[in-house]
Amino acid sequence: MIETERYAPVIGLETHVELGTRTKMFCGCGTLFGGEPNSQVCPVCLGLPGSLPVVNKNAIEYTIKIGLALNCTIASWCRFARKNYFYPDMPKNFQISQYDEPLCIDGYLDVAVEGRTFRVGIERVHLEEDTGKSLHVGGATGRIHGADYSLVDYNRAGIPLVEIVTKPVDRTGALAPLVARAYVTELRDLLRSLDVSDVRMEEGSMRCDVNTSLSAIGSGVWGTRTETKNVNSLRSVERAVRSEIERQAGVLDAGGRVIQETRHFHEESGKTTSGRSKEEAQDYRYFPEPDLVPVAPASDWVSQIRATLPEAPSARRARLQAEWGLSDLDMDALRNADALDLVASTVAEGASPADARKWWLGELARRANETGVALADLAITPAQVARVAGLVTDGKLNDRLARDVIDGVLAGEGSPDEVVGDRRLTVVSDDSALQAAVDAAISANPDAVASIRAGRTGAIGVLVGAVMKATRGQADPARVRPLIEQRLS
Amino acid sequence: MDLTRLTAAELSGKLAAREISATEVTQAHLDRIAAVDDRVHAFLHLAADTALGQAADVDRRRASGDALGPLAGVPIAVKDVFTTKGMPTTCGSRILEGWHPPYDATITKRLKDNGVIILGKTNMDEFAMGSSTENSAYGPSRNPWDLDKIPGGSSGGSSAAVASYQAPLAIGTDTGGSIRQPAAVCGIVGTKPTYGGSSRYGVVAFASSLDTPGPFARTVLDAALLHEVMSGHDPMDSTSIDAPVPPVVQAARQADISGMRLGVVTDLSGAGYQPGVMTRFNEAVELLEHLGAKVTEVSCPHFKYALPAYYLIAPSECSSNLARFDAMRYGLRVGDDGTRDAEEVMSMTREAGFGSEVKRRIILGTYALSSGYYDAYYGKAQQVRTLVIRDFEAAFAQVDALVSPATPTTAFAIGERADDPMAMYLADLCTIPSDLAGNAAISVPCGLADEDNLPVGLQVMAPALADDRLYRVASAFEAAFAASSTGAGPFLAAAAGRGVDA
Repeated sequence: MIETERYAPVIGLETHVELGTRTKMFCGCGTLFGGEPNSQVCPVCLGLPGSLPVVNKNAIEYTIKIGLALNCTIASWCRFARKNYFYPDMPKNFQISQYDEPLCIDGYLDVAVEGRTFRVGIERVHLEEDTGKSLHVGGATGRIHGADYSLVDYNRAGIPLVEIVTKPVDRTGALAPLVARAYVTELRDLLRSLDVSDVRMEEGSMRCDVNTSLSAIGSGVWGTRTETKNVNSLRSVERAVRSEIERQAGVLDAGGRVIQETRHFHEESGKTTSGRSKEEAQDYRYFPEPDLVPVAPASDWVSQIRATLPEAPSARRARLQAEWGLSDLDMDALRNADALDLVASTVAEGASPADARKWWLGELARRANETGVALADLAITPAQVARVAGLVTDGKLNDRLARDVIDGVLAGEGSPDEVVGDRRLTVVSDDSALQAAVDAAISANPDAVASIRAGRTGAIGVLVGAVMKATRGQADPARVRPLIEQRLS
Repeated sequence: MDLTRLTAAELSGKLAAREISATEVTQAHLDRIAAVDDRVHAFLHLAADTALGQAADVDRRRASGDALGPLAGVPIAVKDVFTTKGMPTTCGSRILEGWHPPYDATITKRLKDNGVIILGKTNMDEFAMGSSTENSAYGPSRNPWDLDKIPGGSSGGSSAAVASYQAPLAIGTDTGGSIRQPAAVCGIVGTKPTYGGSSRYGVVAFASSLDTPGPFARTVLDAALLHEVMSGHDPMDSTSIDAPVPPVVQAARQADISGMRLGVVTDLSGAGYQPGVMTRFNEAVELLEHLGAKVTEVSCPHFKYALPAYYLIAPSECSSNLARFDAMRYGLRVGDDGTRDAEEVMSMTREAGFGSEVKRRIILGTYALSSGYYDAYYGKAQQVRTLVIRDFEAAFAQVDALVSPATPTTAFAIGERADDPMAMYLADLCTIPSDLAGNAAISVPCGLADEDNLPVGLQVMAPALADDRLYRVASAFEAAFAASSTGAGPFLAAAAGRGVDA
């Protein structure tokens, strides 16, 4: 990236994560994704006159957990604040958030990119409520301006939302886009290990805003930053940063001035476009939320939460890699495919690491791709995958039959053993039964036999194929081959 | 026997003894409302059918031997700021016209659960902002003593209903004096409990850190009976205090103040106080001394800043609390003709739906919270609030309770201060300090001012969670005062033949 020879990028990330609490932040409504619009609402999350919020203790606990895992200091006393602005999807026209007294401050997360470790500073982790969701119908942009009408679903209103804000990240040079992506990936893995959120970017339970600015190398002065919204996948994080660096460099090279503004990232073009200008930014009139009492987590409680923290994902990855004997490349592939936990569970169910990796990154990744579901959402469990791998190891199935078994499991026909039984899928290993098939193949393929006899042993494959076909794939090719060689010798 | 002239305690006794039925009591009050409320205008909504239904239910349960609460079968008037399932809730505003809340306020629910008969919803200054009910979008209520005078506010419909025998009990909310001031000018008893002692869940918010629901009644004991029923911890309100309700009924019955240390707040007197109010107040202090209290003078030097601090804090909170009235989900909607966007509809609705006092406070509060002004206004006001709290702490280190006039003047004429917000705001001069500090206070009648023959209220203030002291002092005073002047019975007997009964 040529721009980074002239400019040093400085990035910052604000990540919103919906917590996986059973109930909402300030009321008892459920939080399940995908319910009928406005079915998970009550006077409190609809902000009806007279209603009052009550803090969900679980949300506080989850946030403290996140703060501790990010090496933050946990405030011994903090308050919620009201952020005031008008928008139809915000029931009270203020959002209960935190302002100058966040629950967690001053931590860090280490991320590795191309063998180098970057320490991303964490400015703060605070808790707030999510807004409802607007659907703008009609109009060209899908945004509120120009729409014919808008529908609002308040099911999401009041879902606990954690905002994790990094300190400015500099000295990453050309690696800035990769560091941004690595940070969000590491954060996702961390949150998942803490079991505080399902962290699904595609469902919006994890959302990212990316701040980017350029500093002319040697100037020591940071440039004006932009905030890019609508960055909804790990890949988009990287692309959005790269695209903003290129765009800002172009503006600066042309003698222009970068405007402080919100920009929107577009998945299809990979580009950002201008949103509302921050220079006419709203005044949110923050003030302490008078309907809530301050939150003062007892130090005993914080210690108890600290004691429940699981092994950090980076440490776990290093341990598993050593245990499994996989290369860096293999580990990256597992992580990118979001298959690490699945492989770990499959290994725990008795499969070898190599087999587990092979099935999840091969056949199962292909199926997931074809059907457009996440790997983890396939209708097969790690235990079932381990069982299939075990049947292959024991010689009861070959790879082809194993794929049929997986077919059956995915089609809901039952466990691997049930599919094997119902579909009669076992390797024919009885030599006398195979012998007949071998003899039939030899007499039916005189040309191949001639070739083999002439020393072109590759032609054995034709005979093996014929035997496999005749046995409907149930023969063990490793057994068929010596039988053919024996007959022809 | 005119059932509307009985106290809640008397009604409770006769109901329990089955001398009278809840249906008879309810009907008697509905008849009284039909006879006088076209002149008083205490009610915005009358719930005759549901009230009679509730009464029949109480009678049935009593007949079948169910254990009932002490106020079961006693009627009540509810300020239109409490949400009530099945009844409209307007807060005296056009913007909520026709809104039927889908849920009951915790206090509404407690009243229903206790068999208290809800007669209807009472008039109020729009969103509880005012001291006269003149800011109601539905027209002012009138003082039963003199129909040309204000009944106080913002809970003026509730005070007028009780003072005109349309209900023996009422509930209101006190944010800057909205219970004590109307009680004082209508010659009845009104209590602002300790902040957090009574639930705000379902009370449409004006200023969250100040709003305190409390009782109105014609006697101190009646106020205590209602105080006990409506109060107590509510898990739906985070600012609700998780502690037992102070023994207010016991204190009202005990009514003994011998040896009690009382402080007269010297800062709540002087310029701006009507001479007739001060005369009655000074006599009241003498009477308290005569009853065995040790009276001293106490200075609270920061009280003079309480009113300006209040007029920054309350509007700041209200500017945020009232943001939700935007025509999107409920209430009034103006300008939605298919050509305007949501922002324009919000703006047109708020322009049409809010009255001028509400707009004034929203603008004040928006300004006070805005970036660059926050520290100078809202921040400074909160510091003053702390100083007021310290004044109280210092005072309560010396005395058990404080006394002052409840209001600087008696009821003023309707229209007299309507165009002068500053004059209107001064009506709450004596009551605001207790709201800022969150402690408990009561107003109890202490006579009629010589100039205008209108009621004067004695205010008693006690530390937070010591609400029972209010009732000890007020009850002892009430008994001695009745014996010394108008003779036995509620003070309001002095109003016979006047105002609404002329």
